[in-house]
Amino acid sequence: MATTSTTVPGPSPLSTSRSFLARLREGDEIARLITFLFAASVVLLTVLLVFELWQGSALPRHKFGFEFFRTSTWDPIADQFGALPFIYGTLVTAAVALILAVPLGIGAAIFLAELAPARLSDTLEFFIDLLAAVPSVIYGLLGVFIVVPLMRLYIQPSLKSTLGFLPLFKGPAYGVGFLTAGVVLAIMVIPYIISVSREVLLSVPRDQREAALSLGATRWESTWKVVVPFARTGIFGSIFLALARALGETMAVTMVIGNTPTIAASLFSPGYSIAAVIANEFTEATGDLYLQSLIELGLVLFLLTFILNGAARLLIVITSQRGSGMGNA
Amino acid sequence: MNGRLRWRKFVSNFMLTMTGLCALIAVSVLFFILGYLVFHGGASISWNFFTKLPAPVGETGGGMANAILGSAKLLFLASLFGVPIGFFGAIYLAEFSGSTTAFIVRYAADLLNGVPSIVIGIFAYSLLVLPFKHFSTLAGGCALGLMMIPITLRSTEEFLRSVPGALREGAMALGASKWRTIATVIVPAAYRGILTAVLLAFARVAGETAPLLFTAFGNRFWSPGWNQPTASLPVMIFTYAIAPYEDWHRQAWAAGLVLLGLILVINIVARGILSRGISVPR
Repeated sequence: MATTSTTVPGPSPLSTSRSFLARLREGDEIARLITFLFAASVVLLTVLLVFELWQGSALPRHKFGFEFFRTSTWDPIADQFGALPFIYGTLVTAAVALILAVPLGIGAAIFLAELAPARLSDTLEFFIDLLAAVPSVIYGLLGVFIVVPLMRLYIQPSLKSTLGFLPLFKGPAYGVGFLTAGVVLAIMVIPYIISVSREVLLSVPRDQREAALSLGATRWESTWKVVVPFARTGIFGSIFLALARALGETMAVTMVIGNTPTIAASLFSPGYSIAAVIANEFTEATGDLYLQSLIELGLVLFLLTFILNGAARLLIVITSQRGSGMGNA
Repeated sequence: MNGRLRWRKFVSNFMLTMTGLCALIAVSVLFFILGYLVFHGGASISWNFFTKLPAPVGETGGGMANAILGSAKLLFLASLFGVPIGFFGAIYLAEFSGSTTAFIVRYAADLLNGVPSIVIGIFAYSLLVLPFKHFSTLAGGCALGLMMIPITLRSTEEFLRSVPGALREGAMALGASKWRTIATVIVPAAYRGILTAVLLAFARVAGETAPLLFTAFGNRFWSPGWNQPTASLPVMIFTYAIAPYEDWHRQAWAAGLVLLGLILVINIVARGILSRGISVPR
């Protein structure tokens, strides 16, 4: 994941010392130009993507301005578009997902990095990588036919009878809704948290553990009070990465969230998310304002994940550099 | 042993067991998914699934032959579009570029990698569907190809960089020009890694659904050529799973099994290639 920008500088002194014509004759300049065009097209496509999102959402940006994010009427017939229920649904499901996934993911990462013998750790990591490769529509399929009935028949009734006094667990148990979407998202992001956190934990220098153990700490105390704090920034990075994935996830959420634009305190209530509304309504959007409102939602999603991914990368790079820096010292 | 120490030892053992339990739960999800799909999908998979068109609503039977072919065409287009850009772009980054250009290209690739797949769909829609006024295989393939670029680019670059400098210098010392060195020494030395990168990118987009919803759209029939909407396995799973027909659910399970099987096999093969070494030994 870390950027290796220090190795192998571009053109070697050998090639620059020869004349431009000589390099042209030997084909180096042509190869350079061709590969440059391919590399430049990556930048071009990215810029074009941002431009298209910005340009494509001009109408609602001018018409609604900031009201777009503050109002909750989504009425294509009256040409009124307010994105609040979708933003709310996206944030709530992502929050539920993180609350469930973070302890489990970090626990598993600690086991893989600190406790398991190298062979077992590698084997389990292999399975975790495969889990990360399972496409989201498969999670959605299992969500619809397993998680939703499970929620409706067992989990939501039992939550209601034990924690029903909280506003979070009130209302009828439909099966679909914020909680179900959050649970499915949690299952989906756990592999990412485990993989990245394990990597970060493994980069903590050995001396740190040995120092704690030699001072009389138990194995858990050395892990929890020394190793984990040392790797804290990187673990936060893995959580940000998971959050970005959860916010942008489309298929699995669309299939289990209930697709009703509501803002309700109860997690049992059916809801809607930004990605889900785009997936469901994009092909049916009649009229420019409707379509462009959906594109503006895409822009919001893009900006959210852009910020989170950037922060995640920064945190992970900081930790792994700190780890290797201390290790060398 | 005093009570305090005994308590600390107990906490330590308890918490470490809990972390083991977390790992066990996380990994068992994979086997649960696999088992459930094999159980449900295996029962509904048949020869018809691979050879027949979808049956009209209300009629049982039928298959997903058009979706399988559609997925194959989409993935072919995606590789045609995504792999060359990723591969040659990586060669530029690893062999030719200065550090500023490299930073910009890498940054763009990482940004592209983080874009939610539904947003990629919007982009492909406004670029390749809106101007032509119809959904097409072409638009879907390009959307998937766009997602392959950053994955191929970043890992290929890393594998090219892992080729030992001595090989490079050896070729140069024999008087080979730079592009000849790259084409005959560096790329062959890193080919296992590059193959892995391409395979993983392929497997990643093979299951993508969201970018296809409004680019390739869907189709109940065969889709001749590249210019018409086409069915694809992931989109079929989605539409069949949320439909109210019992028979469609069975088909969705079968399609899920085929898709997941394909993706896991590619992943395992790719990792198998890599485990025999990224490139020639240092």
